[in-house]
Amino acid sequence: MRDVAIIGIGTTKFGEIWDASFRDLGIEAGLKAMHDANLTGSEVDGMFIGNMSSGRFINQHHIGALIADYAGMASRNVPATRIEAAGASGGIAFRQAVMAVASGMNDIVIVGGAEKMTDVTDEATNSILDSATDQQWEATMGVTFASLNAMIARRCIHEKIVTREEMASMAVNSHAHGALNPDAQFRKAIDLNTVLKASMVADPLGMFDCAPISDGASAVVLCPLDMAKKYTDRPVKVASSAQASDTLALFQRKNITTFDATVAAAKQAYSLAKIEAKDIAVAEVHDHFTIEGILALQDLGLFKRGEAGKAVMDGQVMVGGKVAVNTSGGLKARGHPIGATGVAQIVEITKQLRGDADKRQVPNAKYGLAQNVGGTGSAVVVSIMEAI
Amino acid sequence: MSVARHWRETPGRYNLIGVKCGNCGKVFFPKRTLCPECRRSSMGKMNAYKLKAEGTVFTYSIIHDAPAENNSIKPYAVAMILTDDDVLITGQLVDVELEKVEIGMPVRAVLRKMSEDGETGVINYGYKFAPKN
Amino acid sequence: MDVGIVSYGSYVPRYRITPAEIGRIWGIDGTAMGKGLFINMKSVPSPDEDVITIATEAARNMMSRCSVDPQEIGAIYVGSESHPYAVKPSGTIVAEAICATPNLTVADLEFACKAGTAGIQICMGLVGSKMIEYGVAIGADTSQGAPGDALEYSASAGGAAYLIGSKDIIAKINRTLSYTTDTPDFWRREGSPYPKHGGRFTGEPAYFKHIGSAARMMLSEMNTEPSDYNYAVFHQPNGKFPMRMAKELGFSDEQVNDGLLTPHIGNTYSGAVPLGLAAVLDVSKPGDRIFAVAYGSGAGSDAFDITVTDNMKKYKRSAAPTVAERLKDTIHLDYGRYAKFKGKIVMG
Repeated sequence: MRDVAIIGIGTTKFGEIWDASFRDLGIEAGLKAMHDANLTGSEVDGMFIGNMSSGRFINQHHIGALIADYAGMASRNVPATRIEAAGASGGIAFRQAVMAVASGMNDIVIVGGAEKMTDVTDEATNSILDSATDQQWEATMGVTFASLNAMIARRCIHEKIVTREEMASMAVNSHAHGALNPDAQFRKAIDLNTVLKASMVADPLGMFDCAPISDGASAVVLCPLDMAKKYTDRPVKVASSAQASDTLALFQRKNITTFDATVAAAKQAYSLAKIEAKDIAVAEVHDHFTIEGILALQDLGLFKRGEAGKAVMDGQVMVGGKVAVNTSGGLKARGHPIGATGVAQIVEITKQLRGDADKRQVPNAKYGLAQNVGGTGSAVVVSIMEAI
Repeated sequence: MSVARHWRETPGRYNLIGVKCGNCGKVFFPKRTLCPECRRSSMGKMNAYKLKAEGTVFTYSIIHDAPAENNSIKPYAVAMILTDDDVLITGQLVDVELEKVEIGMPVRAVLRKMSEDGETGVINYGYKFAPKN
Repeated sequence: MDVGIVSYGSYVPRYRITPAEIGRIWGIDGTAMGKGLFINMKSVPSPDEDVITIATEAARNMMSRCSVDPQEIGAIYVGSESHPYAVKPSGTIVAEAICATPNLTVADLEFACKAGTAGIQICMGLVGSKMIEYGVAIGADTSQGAPGDALEYSASAGGAAYLIGSKDIIAKINRTLSYTTDTPDFWRREGSPYPKHGGRFTGEPAYFKHIGSAARMMLSEMNTEPSDYNYAVFHQPNGKFPMRMAKELGFSDEQVNDGLLTPHIGNTYSGAVPLGLAAVLDVSKPGDRIFAVAYGSGAGSDAFDITVTDNMKKYKRSAAPTVAERLKDTIHLDYGRYAKFKGKIVMG
């Protein structure tokens, strides 16, 4: 297995991007990443695209061919593969690309993640999100994706793992960072009361506990570490990328106050990278809902069970704190174009490890981690990047 | 949802029929072909098992942002129920004042309309949970 | 061979609304209206309840009180005037929901408010002729009253299920008979959401003539007097009609009170006499004799002469809630929530 490096990153702005189509977004992110890696395009020999539901959002399947075509790769017959794992689509596409390069099957691979969500109504979007649950035994019962996370939150509060206020502070943290990210959907800091007083979505989760509906795309370019200097003088090493599954339906779990798949993926990721949780200086975690962010901090071992909420409340996950979390704004403030999110996390960690994160820069970060979740913890990918 | 897709699940939907592994004795709902614990040694031994129709609320949420088909009933409660045979199952909570829902509340399964395919389409029935009386 | 009731179960939705609250919306003194009809409140089905779910709940309560194997049930008849489908039986879903499929016959019945008792008669015939071991007869309705119409103050929801057989009967049906003519006092055309009625024509030539005739035939054939019965149950579109009918026939208020549910739950149509009879069985003891007469518009009456047997002593009555328990466990609605429940909110 070869070591793999990130040599280029690119992203669109996230948000309601009315004048851009799915393919516009995908190509913009891809071109930026190629430009960042100083590629002409002819070097690319593989493409992976993370996308959850173009079939329902824009009634277009066959996204691999679409993006390959509009990226100008079709004439060179570059293989393009679309990966779907609900919210983890982007993170898993990244991991597939890492494996393709590590194995020697490919040399220069571009990974894109994209979702165009605003071409359908909010109700349709919610129905698509609900399809990440067990359609037959959760969604059919009238249970929404938000309400499943709300039930996790309720149980966590009941078991005194987190308080309502601590949970809300996760959104305050993400917004504080998002305000510093020019590509974020929401560039505005908020206070705790804004979260607590927001209209209800699925009690106890309100509007500000939930990530928004977003359009956007992100891309990264990978190559073998030993070839990286040919393209960039600031490569970032992929120290590890691990993936784990759990039951599709939340009610099939033994314990709903932890995501076992996060624990398993993190354990493997730390082991492959030969580091421990305490070595992580900056992390992007999947806070589609505030409670998910809290669970991630615990399941990744960044904080002890029952202590993550307090740490967030105390500012320990702000830039300058014990570990900077969601410096991009996270899903909550950066935005959550579903398939793009996992790749956007890698883009942010790469920026941090390169020292390109401007006002939100974590000083001297050596290791950065990205955790990307599909469904209610049914698929999780944890990747660790290393500054070199 | 197509008629057949709902119809083939009616044993589970109407009567909470899941399976019990003939190898380790664990109960699963909905039915599955393979015991996740015993895997190959459970093949052909996953026998139909009717869950107890009573249990308690394990966790719940009140849905305010509802799917289109449930817009006319919002806000409404959903819950994960721990049945008396120790199986978790998710469904709506009905016939209850929303402010009175709490973890640990005893409930029983009832058959209710789950959805209908417009005014002329088929009506789908299935389990929901009501306070035990 | 004695044929009778092996088990029974009842169900009334949990929600209630008062005539006063309905009257408030339509500019009518609902309290006075309720007093006139002798209806204090009526039951309202949850938006996800219909005849199928009500019939199922009643049937499940019926099965939980006895140890009969549902596979021994040979027939299920669901009587209602508000079957959710015009074409597609309600009974098949009930049959699946009590695990009685597939070796049985099922049909839905309609005879305005007496389709449930018609089902009891059919089951008696099938059991008595030994065509089947057990039959289930259910009367249930989610009756409809147009907003603002007089029926809105009474039309409610509920039902009861009866397991008819010849073994271990808790109540023997000594005799049943019917009185039927063509009398169009109340109807609902195919595709119409609400029924229409002949106003005062529904009284004398309809309700009173048919129930009175069937009741007198029964007393004559059985050679009994009203005083020979512990309880009497009459169809109850409101609280007033059955009280007056009882008086005319010579039954006392005491005989009627236990089976008179309309003041508490309104008119449950096909569920009315089955529920009234269930309320009586809930409190009856061996040897008690019950007189019951149903009425269905259109029109006809089914009369029953019933004696509670010694088996009632060991019958697991407490395995399911009694009607009285259902009357205590209620949630009251204002008209806004009622309209939301009934799907009556349409913004133009």
